[in-house]
Amino acid sequence: MAQRAPEADFRTRLQEWIPKLVLSPSLAAMLVFVYGFIALTIYLSVSDSKMLPSYDLVGFENYAKLWNLSAWWTAVVNLLIFSSLYIGICTAIGLTLAILLDQKIRGEGILRPIYLYPMALSFIVTGTAWKWIMDPGIGIENTMHLWGWASFEFNWIKDRDMAIYTVVIAAVWQTSGFVMAMFLAGLRGIDNEILKAAQIDGASNWSLYRRIVIPLLRPAFLSAFVILAHLAVKSYDLIIALTGGGPGRATELPATFMYSYTFTRNSMGIGAASAVIMLMTIAAIMTPYLYAELKEKK
Amino acid sequence: MAVAEQDTAVRTGGITRAFIYGILLLFMFFYLMPLFVMIANSLKPLAEITGGNMMALPDTWTAEPWRQAWSSAQIGVEPTGLKPYFINSILMVVPSVAISTVLGALNGYVLTKWSFRGDKIIFGLLLFSCFIPFQIVLIPMATVLGKLGLAGSIPGLILVHVVYGIGFSTLYYRNYYAAFPTELVRAAMIDGAGFFRIFWRIMLPVSGPITVVCVIWQFTNIWNDFLFGASFGGQTQPMTVALNNLVQSSTGVKEYNVHFAGAILAALPTLLVYIVAGRYFVRGLMAGSVKG
Amino acid sequence: MGFLDIQNVTKSYGSVEVLHRVDIEVQEGEFLVLVGPSGCGKSTLLNMIAGLESITSGDISIKGRVVNGVHPSKRNIAMVFQSYALYPNMTVGQNMTFGLEMHGTPKAERDRALKDVAKLLQIENLLDRKPGQLSGGQRQRVAMGRALVRDPDVFLFDEPLSNLDAKLRVDMRTEIKKLHEKLKTTIVYVTHDQIEAMTLSTRIAVMYQGYVQQLGTPKEIYDTPANVYVATFMGSPAMNVLPAKVVMHEGVPYAQIKDAGGVEKLLKFSQANMSDWSGKEILLGIRPESITDPDGADRNSNNIVPFRNRIGVTEPAGADTFVTMELGGIDIVARMRADANVGAGQEFDFAINMDKAVAFDPKTEERIKP
Repeated sequence: MAQRAPEADFRTRLQEWIPKLVLSPSLAAMLVFVYGFIALTIYLSVSDSKMLPSYDLVGFENYAKLWNLSAWWTAVVNLLIFSSLYIGICTAIGLTLAILLDQKIRGEGILRPIYLYPMALSFIVTGTAWKWIMDPGIGIENTMHLWGWASFEFNWIKDRDMAIYTVVIAAVWQTSGFVMAMFLAGLRGIDNEILKAAQIDGASNWSLYRRIVIPLLRPAFLSAFVILAHLAVKSYDLIIALTGGGPGRATELPATFMYSYTFTRNSMGIGAASAVIMLMTIAAIMTPYLYAELKEKK
Repeated sequence: MAVAEQDTAVRTGGITRAFIYGILLLFMFFYLMPLFVMIANSLKPLAEITGGNMMALPDTWTAEPWRQAWSSAQIGVEPTGLKPYFINSILMVVPSVAISTVLGALNGYVLTKWSFRGDKIIFGLLLFSCFIPFQIVLIPMATVLGKLGLAGSIPGLILVHVVYGIGFSTLYYRNYYAAFPTELVRAAMIDGAGFFRIFWRIMLPVSGPITVVCVIWQFTNIWNDFLFGASFGGQTQPMTVALNNLVQSSTGVKEYNVHFAGAILAALPTLLVYIVAGRYFVRGLMAGSVKG
Repeated sequence: MGFLDIQNVTKSYGSVEVLHRVDIEVQEGEFLVLVGPSGCGKSTLLNMIAGLESITSGDISIKGRVVNGVHPSKRNIAMVFQSYALYPNMTVGQNMTFGLEMHGTPKAERDRALKDVAKLLQIENLLDRKPGQLSGGQRQRVAMGRALVRDPDVFLFDEPLSNLDAKLRVDMRTEIKKLHEKLKTTIVYVTHDQIEAMTLSTRIAVMYQGYVQQLGTPKEIYDTPANVYVATFMGSPAMNVLPAKVVMHEGVPYAQIKDAGGVEKLLKFSQANMSDWSGKEILLGIRPESITDPDGADRNSNNIVPFRNRIGVTEPAGADTFVTMELGGIDIVARMRADANVGAGQEFDFAINMDKAVAFDPKTEERIKP
């Protein structure tokens, strides 16, 4: 019988452990700071925390209170309006620009980066810029008056009913170029032979896009939707810089609601409950998407 | 973005083409207008803004608003200008980017080349953590930073940004290394190289492109962060928070020109990165959205 | 005991056993080819020898030392990968000496080994290039060079030729064979290409569904396949396996088969013990080259049976002409000389070399041994 290898084998076993050791700090950080904290926030949302965390359970009282607050309802309705318009308009502009840019446009190399640069900016910068541009006193309205269009009116940012749409404008400005880039990548990824086949089959320009190209962009639509939806739910900085949640509370979103109830109104339990609802919203959007992406990968 | 051969282009007449160019140019103005307004008005004296046209170039050119925004504007209670906050941001961003990138590279290497039972779940958890609304961790984070004595400090912000940056950096490196042939790692194992030696000699030398992407992404994200800075910055606030304080301050005359100059200062580093390495920036954005 | 011993080795992933009790003894200087379709377990077995995958049960030993759990770099093996796995950031020279460097071999010694191997493989002029600047064939040489520099006990090849184009593959095959004959190294070589297996090996292990179906010299595998799977896998075109019935005629066993016209014909067995199967169904295996035109029949055979049948399709292939026809209810292939005068639909007199025919038990699909 052959002899056993004496070193069977410390090094091999060490080599098996090193990868896990290397991964472990990140894993621990993630488990504590992400999932542990999520668990803690969920716990706080069913506790009677006010100014400071408290660990006495009160059941779903905070959730009941939350859904009875008109401010929360305003935030939720605003989020619905904002996210549907934001996603819809960004997708429409992004798709249009991508298709137009894909027509062998001279100067594409200049236009593309111009469409996309806002994505590199902080939402605070975007908010600051648009705040003054849409300010009736010194912004667009003033400019139009100076250019001789005396009846021009654009004071949405001061109007309780319209202010949320100014948020949409600024957010679309920031992100639509990115959506364009996603669609453009999708268009460039389409197999040329399919398009040639369709042209030989006699498809007109319009039907080529409607019947072949746009259906093939399905993955790009899906990615765009998921990215935009999660950005919408997380929108916080833009509101702070652009409207500060105002006029009044007219442009509060769940993210700003959570912050003010937790840290300035001493209702940590309610704030935690609103954060949990935000997380669940994003989980509902992201989980199936990530699951599908990971599965596909295998 | 690679400009591949374009056969999706339709054959069109002159009028249609003029129309296409018209729309494209219109949007170009839409995207450029705010930048133009900020730059033009940051170079005007205040009187010219309140009394004049936002879209006009300055009559009297002045760099004074820039000087003020940088070194003497009232931020909160101190007339320090944005300079100290700019420095705060740098001190916070550089270590955060470095640490999260290194950890991401190692994690990506482990998850693709040293896979073990359960690695898919770990990656899934990391991936999901990229997309959580940070409101869900604000309260516990505030408590923990307080307990660690890191609240309101640069190290505290670094910790926060590293912890929530690992997800994305891991995602980048994992996807990049997944396309890297595992046979190379096996060959190196047979050649007698260990875990770190393979990483150092085989993986790192080919990781240049993804490292640029990852660094740019982390830099942009962390520089532009507002929520964590506002929540945990304390006396060491980053640039974005200071800019917001400058713009929102309710005392005195609103010095729009200083605000605009400040906004550009806050945007400058990321804009610069975008101009210098836009290609990588876009690649990062795409990789962050199309997980494949 | 062999030079490389694989004893009772199994591999499982979770509860799924993918490799079942493999026993192979490889002698020093042997060229063993593991051949089989993808998913048969051949690469898994190779990786287990290399130490890249763990052994679930059983032992693998090299030069009398059990290497289970020993790190790949300490088994004194070298491996040539399908993708060549050349480090893209290193030059050819650095690629080849990386292993020696990792093992702490002094620089002077490394350079000497590199020079010798580079000369042997005629790649001296490539040493300063990066892998990206090499052609497929050159990369293949470098990959082999990297293995040779190590001067290992056992060489492992994982489908090393499958990324080359057809002509280069044949050249490199010859070169590997020459190299083996010159250096007398011990080689375990994985491929899915049965021609590579036949030409290169001193012994072949045909694998399928995690089992070694047969282990033997190329001639044994080809002439006396252990079962229907091995019979049809090895050889191109594949062996014809057709249902037949054993009948006795004047005390001699015959295979009774329906020809293309539905008429029952008799083929006399060379194998005497077929009389044990009298009256039973069997599977008859006849290689295409054993069904020929009469002029092409093997002169050394003791049992050439003339056989008239209707030709289905003819396929001239240059050196030979292949004929497809119906026999025993299925389409079979026969191999004619190139200038045999055959045409579709024609009734033709074939000659079947029954010495080379094999019979299989239709239930177990195992060969009925003489």
